[in-house]
Amino acid sequence: MTDSKKPSFTRRRLLKSMAALPIMATGIAGSGSLFAKPATSEINTTGLAVTDDTVKVGILHSLTGTMAISETGSVEAETLAIEQINEMGGILGRKLEIITEDGASDWPTFAQRARKLLREDNVASIMGCWTSASRKAVLPVLERENGLLYYPTFYEGLEQSPNVIYTGQEATQQVLASLNWLYNEKGVRTFYLVGSDYIWPRTTMKIARIHIEQHLDGASVVGEDYAPLGHTSFGSMINRIRLRRPDAIYGAVVGGSNVAFFRQLVSAGLDGSNQTLLNLATTEDEVLGIGGENVEGFYSSMKYFQSLDNENNQEFVRAFKERWGEDSVIGDVTQAAYLGPWLWKEAVERAGSFDVAKVTAHSPGIELNQAPEGYVKVHDNHHLWSKTRIGQWRRDGQADVVWESDLIEPDPFPEGYQ
Amino acid sequence: MNNALQMLLGKKGLPGLLILAFILLVVFPLTMDVDGLNLTGRFLAFAFVAVGLVLAWGYGGLLSLGQGLFFGIGGYAMAMYLKLEASTPEATAIQTTPGIPDFMDWNQITSLPWFWEPFHSLTFTVLAILTLPALFAAFIGFALFTRRVSGVFFAIITQAIVTIATILVIGQQGYTGGVNGITDLRTLKGWDIHTDQALVVFYFATVVLLFAMIALGMWVLSTKYGRILMATRDQENRIRYSGYSVAYFKIFIFALAGFMSGIGGAMFTLQVGFMSPSIIGIIPSIEFVIFAAVGGRLSLLGAVYGSLLVGYARVTFAEAFPQLWLFLIGAVFIAVVMFAPYGLAGLYNTHVRPRVEAFLVRMGWRPGAPPSDTPRAIDPQAAQEARK
Repeated sequence: MTDSKKPSFTRRRLLKSMAALPIMATGIAGSGSLFAKPATSEINTTGLAVTDDTVKVGILHSLTGTMAISETGSVEAETLAIEQINEMGGILGRKLEIITEDGASDWPTFAQRARKLLREDNVASIMGCWTSASRKAVLPVLERENGLLYYPTFYEGLEQSPNVIYTGQEATQQVLASLNWLYNEKGVRTFYLVGSDYIWPRTTMKIARIHIEQHLDGASVVGEDYAPLGHTSFGSMINRIRLRRPDAIYGAVVGGSNVAFFRQLVSAGLDGSNQTLLNLATTEDEVLGIGGENVEGFYSSMKYFQSLDNENNQEFVRAFKERWGEDSVIGDVTQAAYLGPWLWKEAVERAGSFDVAKVTAHSPGIELNQAPEGYVKVHDNHHLWSKTRIGQWRRDGQADVVWESDLIEPDPFPEGYQ
Repeated sequence: MNNALQMLLGKKGLPGLLILAFILLVVFPLTMDVDGLNLTGRFLAFAFVAVGLVLAWGYGGLLSLGQGLFFGIGGYAMAMYLKLEASTPEATAIQTTPGIPDFMDWNQITSLPWFWEPFHSLTFTVLAILTLPALFAAFIGFALFTRRVSGVFFAIITQAIVTIATILVIGQQGYTGGVNGITDLRTLKGWDIHTDQALVVFYFATVVLLFAMIALGMWVLSTKYGRILMATRDQENRIRYSGYSVAYFKIFIFALAGFMSGIGGAMFTLQVGFMSPSIIGIIPSIEFVIFAAVGGRLSLLGAVYGSLLVGYARVTFAEAFPQLWLFLIGAVFIAVVMFAPYGLAGLYNTHVRPRVEAFLVRMGWRPGAPPSDTPRAIDPQAAQEARK
């Protein structure tokens, strides 16, 4: 244990993670003391960039282009986690050295940069990708070069790669709990589904429709509408919604479209006081652009909200703001991105090796008690057990958590919903 | 300023070709690693479109802002073949319906759509790549040129068409892979397309095909057809009153540009390993025009340099100053249009070439007087001024 500038903070974190992981001690016990460094030749047999003092880790996100605004939070969270891990002495005695690559919101560039990270830099793992399209572009490279990716975004599921750990929620975790909540707690019987037109909303709404029609007695879908990505004119969609008078609007509108969608809803007279609306993809980051006054009273379904009231999260929010500025907001994906380096650390220490095959083999079953969202556990299918929360937006851009589920098992290939 | 055509068609075109061949076939392979070659190969795939634009826009006067459509047809055709090869029943055993591409399975499609069936055959795929983009272009050309749609209206309609195509691809994700595109392509006739060896082979194949396109373009321009095409660009009515059916001349050059774009798209898919709508939309389509403009819209070789230069500038500059890149590329485009309307090739012809020739003459390596029988190049700007 090296000394630290913020001893109380790092020691507390260290103690927590040790408490969470008695296995960690047994993993390294073979090589003597807990903090004795294992020889580099033992923990790296596949030519990764591991020296006696450092290990390289890649961060691959869009720093430029249309996705940069969404992905910046993830970069910040991953950087923060890695810096904290380094303050604690790194992983297996090696400090983490970050190599940042810009995917530039362009999918071929993502694939090429992933190739570069794995072939030239030989990084031991990559924290990165945000959109499904970028992950799909990187996937063959990962599998071919035997890389390891920690992917932070909530996404549509239907994937389970041995080379990826998915730290966000897959669709059923987000969808089923929130539909049940609307049905049971808000008495919603008629749903109007809206989304941006690409794979995540379409898959999500497919699952939602099946659940509503087959599992919620007496409930029905009265409309389903999609707008192209980046669409900013929702007038006709809103007119159709008003015509059907649904009990709830169930949305998966993403990115810049959010701003137009909510503003036009409010100016059409539908707001949090007279219309129940739950949009899956609205996080604190989006609300910053939409304006709190336009989402006040509406709901989101996420596994994390910045306002979560627990000790882990208060510590995380404090550290994040200290590192990235008092004005930063933390959304669901940012928190999931923060988990990546920690999950990797635990897996490497359990495996006693940086070798990708060993790390992935030791990943299922890992538990984190110190996650800002609370307890999470890695499932055999490489996704996380997590809770789903319903947040109701306030005027100040933060959400009140009004409901919380039990831990939900991840199920990327849901039977009966495909 | 006005000798781009002459440079290409006269004997002086040969050194330019040889220099480019030397750079692409000797210098790059010797100085770059596989990843560098692969990156260059991608830029060269874009150069197919730029070469086509030099023909259609520079010589035919048809400014198309929708070349991504033809690039996309070629690219998607190749991707469909590779996807079917990767979707064997064994590889897709976890799906509800094994043997169909994964994204179809996610969209509850239980059998392969009819228009995917022929793409099991490599022969059909190659034929589709060679004919479909040209046929589409010919169809669009027929619809527009026979109605005498031209100029800015033509540009806007092509842009609309490529937008429609992108929305269609994204909307029909069960059949097209949607916004993610067709991903996870693995082998070509059992041959792994991601190995270093494969990437090198694709690079050289791209270069050879690109030279074939340039040669084809040069030949087309050297024929009587080429002359009439240029005359049509400059004085369409005069050509029409001379008894030529102007529309069909335009349709041909537009189809030829589409043909070239389609081949470029197929080579792009092979080198990148996937195809997605982000590569065929409005922004890439406009970038193709920038490549051609930077290189010089009257220079087939310039199109290649333009594609490479803008491509590399994007990679290096975007890394150093990510926020500024889009402004810079916009500024470059404006600067080219305002100050160097014939791009790099134009700058070369006005500023570099006279000095090189003077030097050659001074050294006694070339006879003093320039040959007087070289054809007078046709410069649209000069022609326009003459008309006023």
